[in-house]
Amino acid sequence: MKYKKTEILEKIGFSIVTLCIIVMLLFLGLILYFITVRGIKVISWEFLTQQPRSGMTEGGIAPAIVGTFYLTLGAILFAVPIGVGCAIYLNEYTPKNIILNLLRISVNNLAGIPSIIFGLFGLAVFVKLFRFGVSILSGSLTLGILILPSIISASQETLMAIPNSLREASLALGATKWQTIKKIVVPAALPGILTGIILSTGRAAGETAAILFTAAAFYVKGFPGSIFSEVMALPYHIYGLMTEGIYPDKQISIAYGCALILMFLVLIISAIAIYFRQKQRRTYYG
Amino acid sequence: MADVQIKIENLNFFYGKFHCLKNISMDIYKNSVTAIIGPSGCGKSTFIRLFNRMNDLIPGTRAEGAIYLDNENILSLETDVVELRRKVGMVFQKPNPFPKSIFRNVSYGLEIHNIKERTYIENRVKEALQKSALWDEVKNRLNDSALMLSGGQQQRLCIARCLAVEPEVILFDEPCASLDPISTKRIEELITELKKSYTIVIVTHNMQQAARVSDYTAFLYLGELIEYGPTDRIFTVPSNTRTEEYLSGKFG
Repeated sequence: MKYKKTEILEKIGFSIVTLCIIVMLLFLGLILYFITVRGIKVISWEFLTQQPRSGMTEGGIAPAIVGTFYLTLGAILFAVPIGVGCAIYLNEYTPKNIILNLLRISVNNLAGIPSIIFGLFGLAVFVKLFRFGVSILSGSLTLGILILPSIISASQETLMAIPNSLREASLALGATKWQTIKKIVVPAALPGILTGIILSTGRAAGETAAILFTAAAFYVKGFPGSIFSEVMALPYHIYGLMTEGIYPDKQISIAYGCALILMFLVLIISAIAIYFRQKQRRTYYG
Repeated sequence: MADVQIKIENLNFFYGKFHCLKNISMDIYKNSVTAIIGPSGCGKSTFIRLFNRMNDLIPGTRAEGAIYLDNENILSLETDVVELRRKVGMVFQKPNPFPKSIFRNVSYGLEIHNIKERTYIENRVKEALQKSALWDEVKNRLNDSALMLSGGQQQRLCIARCLAVEPEVILFDEPCASLDPISTKRIEELITELKKSYTIVIVTHNMQQAARVSDYTAFLYLGELIEYGPTDRIFTVPSNTRTEEYLSGKFG
């Protein structure tokens, strides 16, 4: 059988994109496989609920789990309202002109700054200037600023996709601009905004450099008492286990255990957000 | 002659430097259907969007002259636009239901005007859906998403949404442009029914539709009001040659 040239090109194109997907799935699979295989050995009830003992080689990583949870939650609580607010300002209130473009460029620039620089900024501003010390608060705020651009971009893109006809329909019924934003535009955009939040959560939970100087300690006795406490955090704990200490073999296993838990934690947070997103989509889009 | 609901005097409208509507004066009568016809780009939509000040949303526009509704010039700076839009409802070219339940689409207009009493809202929603001839089709699924409805049903829902806030005037901006002939027929029947209680202005580029539903017809051409009068007369003995040419399809 003879193929026409266009048919062959068609098949080549399809093969290339199929290959791309396979490569992606392969790496995803490998990551999950290695982390699970290497980490699963150390996972136990004790590992999840106890304090570390004997120079991090025994006991659990509970304070690091709790610390990462607090830091991530703090970052989200700080960044989501501000990020969504910025997106609303940019999309609903700013006329489409050069200033809007400049604002957008600044947001995107913020997203491109390496996280270690956010860490230094957090140290200078939150830790020193505001005297929050090395603490959950400083770390959360630093992480919050770090994820702010992605929340703004995701929210703004979703807001842009909301058809103008919906805004007009609401205004034509005698709604004010603010009512229209609050009751029509933002609810319709919520699934997209939630997607942005999900991605940012993963980023915040896994971030090491930004909390290096602002929140994290390799070892803190007990659980954090207030938002001004120094905390242990999973990514930093992994870093510590891999670079310091005198029992590398034991430490490496624990590090993989931490990685597994961190992955799981992000997965749970995402699952919760996805659940809400689906629920929202169902109510809004049937 | 019937009572005048809207009185338009020497109306001019500009998009930046573009003079879009030129010195229009006409009266729109209560409880009647007034059709605005004319070729695309002649300013039909722009014209009716002045009656509820929707053009305010477009930067760089300017209106001169006066539009009186209940003896108030609605183009004046003092006009409460929110109150005006409650009195002058609008149905758009493409059905634009909110991505909410059927019920909430209709109750939205009441919610934003701070009406909270549940039974009152329920009654008004039912009433509005009955008036828009949609009640029987949706009464058992009021909590379903409005986006599950067909295009024609969605457009009737938009009419119900508009009726729920009890306007005096309803503006239809090519309401059947995206609908099939059967849905179009239902909307037209509805418009004829609604004129008993409301004053209706409809923009259409479908001349048969204007002939079927309207009592008065205004022919706009390049921003000018060429001819205005009872539909019967305009369609049978137009006094202006351009109206005649347009109606007979010589240009469009």
